[in-house]
Amino acid sequence: MSGGLYSMEDKDFDKTLDPQNVKPYGDTGNDGKIQLSFTLPVPAGAEAVEAAKLLIKKMGLENPQVVYHKELTPGFTFFNCYGACTHTVDYTQIHVPKVESTTMDMPQTDNYIKENLGRKIVVVGASTGTDAHTVGIDAIMNMKGYAGHYGIERYEMFEAYNLGSQVLNEDFIAKAVELKADALLVSQTVTQKDVHIQNMTELVEMLEAEGLRDKVILCCGGPRITHELAKELGYDAGFGMGTYADDVASFVAQELVRRNENK
Amino acid sequence: MKSKVGLDFAEVKRARIAAKEIAIQVQHFVDGYSTVAVERTLCRLLGIDGVDSNGVPMPNAVVEYLERNGRLDNGVIYHLGNAVKETGLTPQELAEKIVCGELDIETLPVWSKEEILEALKPHVDAAINRIKERRQRREEFLKTIGEGTKPYLYVIVATGNIYEDVIQAQAAARQGADIIAVIRTTGQSLLDYVPYGATTEGFGGTFATQENFRIMRAALDEVGQEVGRYIRLCNYCSGLCMPEIAVMGAFEGLDVMLNDALYGILFRDINMQRTLVDQYFSRVINGFAGVIINTGEDNYLTTADAFEEAHTVLASDLINEQLAAMAGLPAEQMGLGHAFEMDPELENGFLYELAQAQMTREIFPNATLKYMPPTKFMTGNIFRGHIQDALFNQIAIWTGQGIQLLGMMTEAIHTPFMSDRALSIENAKYIFNNMRSIGDEVEFKEGGLVQTRVKTVVANTNELLQKIQKVGLFSALEQGMFADVKRPKNGGKGLAGVFPKGREYMNPFIEIMKGDKK
Repeated sequence: MSGGLYSMEDKDFDKTLDPQNVKPYGDTGNDGKIQLSFTLPVPAGAEAVEAAKLLIKKMGLENPQVVYHKELTPGFTFFNCYGACTHTVDYTQIHVPKVESTTMDMPQTDNYIKENLGRKIVVVGASTGTDAHTVGIDAIMNMKGYAGHYGIERYEMFEAYNLGSQVLNEDFIAKAVELKADALLVSQTVTQKDVHIQNMTELVEMLEAEGLRDKVILCCGGPRITHELAKELGYDAGFGMGTYADDVASFVAQELVRRNENK
Repeated sequence: MKSKVGLDFAEVKRARIAAKEIAIQVQHFVDGYSTVAVERTLCRLLGIDGVDSNGVPMPNAVVEYLERNGRLDNGVIYHLGNAVKETGLTPQELAEKIVCGELDIETLPVWSKEEILEALKPHVDAAINRIKERRQRREEFLKTIGEGTKPYLYVIVATGNIYEDVIQAQAAARQGADIIAVIRTTGQSLLDYVPYGATTEGFGGTFATQENFRIMRAALDEVGQEVGRYIRLCNYCSGLCMPEIAVMGAFEGLDVMLNDALYGILFRDINMQRTLVDQYFSRVINGFAGVIINTGEDNYLTTADAFEEAHTVLASDLINEQLAAMAGLPAEQMGLGHAFEMDPELENGFLYELAQAQMTREIFPNATLKYMPPTKFMTGNIFRGHIQDALFNQIAIWTGQGIQLLGMMTEAIHTPFMSDRALSIENAKYIFNNMRSIGDEVEFKEGGLVQTRVKTVVANTNELLQKIQKVGLFSALEQGMFADVKRPKNGGKGLAGVFPKGREYMNPFIEIMKGDKK
């Protein structure tokens, strides 16, 4: 059934890595192997398997294999499949915008701020709009932090205000003005129907309307946020999966110092 | 019963006594107050439903009318009852007249409290009988069709569209789910009204409305007949409309309700006075309707550390148990919450989780414990996530949990696909069947890691409960004793809707519901 361990199929393709033509790796260079699973709204049977294979071919995969399928409920069949990708990408031509700062740990960042700024940085964070999830903003701001990375509240040189969840953009801005915030952190966890895009765009527009946009460092974060998306929406930086308080604190500190020097 | 984990039951008793004292203090406060949500609930119990010409739910319109006229302190029962006595109209007819300005109840002559209650009796009885019939229907279904074995498999649907939810829910029931929870749309907990009618638009969930309850109940009864198991329906009796949702659920045959003021205070920043008053009446209704309540202690561990703060979960469970008992809820209807949320990198983390789950089981032997899956350390690595969920399932069957909220390997990525749910149910069924009797077979080493862990958690719980007992629950919440979150007594949402009961205030439902369980 599987073409894996005891595969007798010819491997007569070029196995050397070509950075200009990169394709997936299963167990042999350039074998292009991809694993995928999906559900089709059809009853289980030979026709369903054939439909899955045809679909996989249309995705640009050769030798489609349906290794498992099961009808989840009448009329819906789930598939586990494999195929070999025919496409390649040119790895040498890829340019991804990244947050331009060096990540430092907590003592380094605190020292950096003392030496280069000489005052505390005021940060106001919230999960804005209707978003009720505090897990993201808490991971970045709360004393304890997340996965061994202390939150911004623990930093000596940050004055951190975590406003929690479901904070309206206007309330968020009012609080930022009141506290004379240097940086704003917006957390967005719920991304269904792109509700986060509307909400984040609204914040930028409101800040611009009040002439505040250039006066603050504006960051956003969440599991579906990338730096690229953040820049596109008019933010200074975006922090996605796998980033921690260190990354955010380092960026804010370095960006603030950079802005001060350019004044 | 001999404790497998070396529980010192004298220590547990000490903790329970402290929790009871804490609950009595809270109840003392609660008894003196009502809220706009409680009053709207009484409107609904008297048969007031629908929306006015501006789309405002009738119960809101009536309560706002009394508020505008400075008459809310004596409550809707008093004012509507008086008007019923005087006019002979039904509460719904009165509401319609009040809302369109045809009737000013201020001008009516005043009847005695006894006469008012007498006039309202048919309407009160109608509500009581309607809820009783619902409860009997469930009991009949359970007797003739049957149900799944515990732990009940609990899955969520969250499409935003009630009709799409029906497809997902029926599929899940066919795959083996015992409880379907319809997640509410983001932000509904902060609405101070319950939307009306069937809805097809929501973010991250579906509006809880009475019509949506009705649609889902019918769908689950249909699929329940087909699969030969009663399928329970769960929703959220939390937020600013706690008791209203309770009564709508009681009317429409819901079986399980998230119902925890502490959760709302800590995680939704709802004012503590408001929600504790709301909670009491909502629990009275849930108790009477035979609804299992779920508490939200598991959530503490999403912000605080699961290993270090385990005792806050137990302390809160003990307080919630006492608050629920005061509202007349039997132990079987207490779905006290706890969770499997320790960092997967923690050495022997599984053993600590096992210790706590067994401890919780033994401390609350008759409760239908609600066990929550890992969420905080679900990383997007779905393959590891599926294993984390498997470890969680092993502990559940080992320690005899009541309601198993199934973990999804795609937690933190998206609301579940149909296939995510199917794989998750398959995971649980495989483990539950394969390890069914492990709890009867395996004992824990005396003085070993598991027993020591339990000792520590119970000791810390007692220490915390003594502290809370000294300052009271309100101050404890202000000081951030739970979940590392601090909430002011006069802060948060919904405080404006709290008021001290006036001299003529009446709520006949509490006595009837607490006294009549059959």
